[in-house]
Amino acid sequence: MSAHDTHASHGSHGGAGSYLVGFVLAVVLTVIPFGAVMKGMVHGSQAVALIMGAAVIQILVHLRYFLHIDGKTDRWTLQALIFTIFVLGIVLGGSLWVMHNMNTNMMPTAMQMPMGD
Amino acid sequence: MTSATITAHGGHHDHHEEHHDQFGTVQLGFWVYLMSDCVIFSGLFATYAVMSTAFAGGPTPHTIFDLPYVAVETALLLFSSITYGFAMIGAHKGNKGAAMGWLVVTALFGLGFIGMEVHEFAKLIHEGAGPDRSGWLSSFFALVGTHGLHVTSGLVWMTVMLVQVARCGLTETNIRRLTCLSLFWHFLDVIWIGVFSLVYLMGVSA
Repeated sequence: MSAHDTHASHGSHGGAGSYLVGFVLAVVLTVIPFGAVMKGMVHGSQAVALIMGAAVIQILVHLRYFLHIDGKTDRWTLQALIFTIFVLGIVLGGSLWVMHNMNTNMMPTAMQMPMGD
Repeated sequence: MTSATITAHGGHHDHHEEHHDQFGTVQLGFWVYLMSDCVIFSGLFATYAVMSTAFAGGPTPHTIFDLPYVAVETALLLFSSITYGFAMIGAHKGNKGAAMGWLVVTALFGLGFIGMEVHEFAKLIHEGAGPDRSGWLSSFFALVGTHGLHVTSGLVWMTVMLVQVARCGLTETNIRRLTCLSLFWHFLDVIWIGVFSLVYLMGVSA
């Protein structure tokens, strides 16, 4: 009985402190890319790296502090998550790769066609 | 609350540690649904990425995106995530008033987000930047609109939960439903990170 009480009050979902830590980290990771882009501090590949880097870290923060994915999470949940990330990589990476190749090899636009050759 | 917890773990005393109550069978099933939803969004994100320069001579991200406006939307969704966390803490403590109070606050933040998004869509369509203008705008409305529909469903679910908790209290069943809704709600915030990064920030910085 007491074990259950401890388990329940321990709150397998993290206490207010855990949520606040996640919230502060999420705010910081949101403000950095928004601030940098709104003030025009980053451009081109630098901007891509900063925005995507902050997004990936923020997604990990949300998974850890809001969705409570951590060392104690059971195997099936983790396997579903990892498999989904795998599918996501195929769909996103594959689409961009295929469409990029198609654009460069098969559909030259007027701009890309060298006039002199 | 104590009796509810015991019932939830009835017959599993020996495997107490393995039965993390958030990820019981129902939660695992719901998690699998969320992962399949994630695959839907991956298709929409991929379409958006492929269409991201298909402007058809029409508006571009620079001309129609308002970053301060999107920052406020992002803040509303982020605040709603932490207030839902507080609602769950209240629910696990058996504090009905706290759970319902925080749920109402969460729903109001969510409503604010949806209100702003509908206003943004209406403004774009009014300016002639509707989904029929270019391939890029079609994929924009499909991706952001699907996320908005999810948030709207979450709000409907939250309203139903408020009625159920008000009428039946924080029963074991209601706590399980609230836990599923919490996964759904936090998941939508994760998707929004992808939306504001890939769509809005990358669009304006490009």
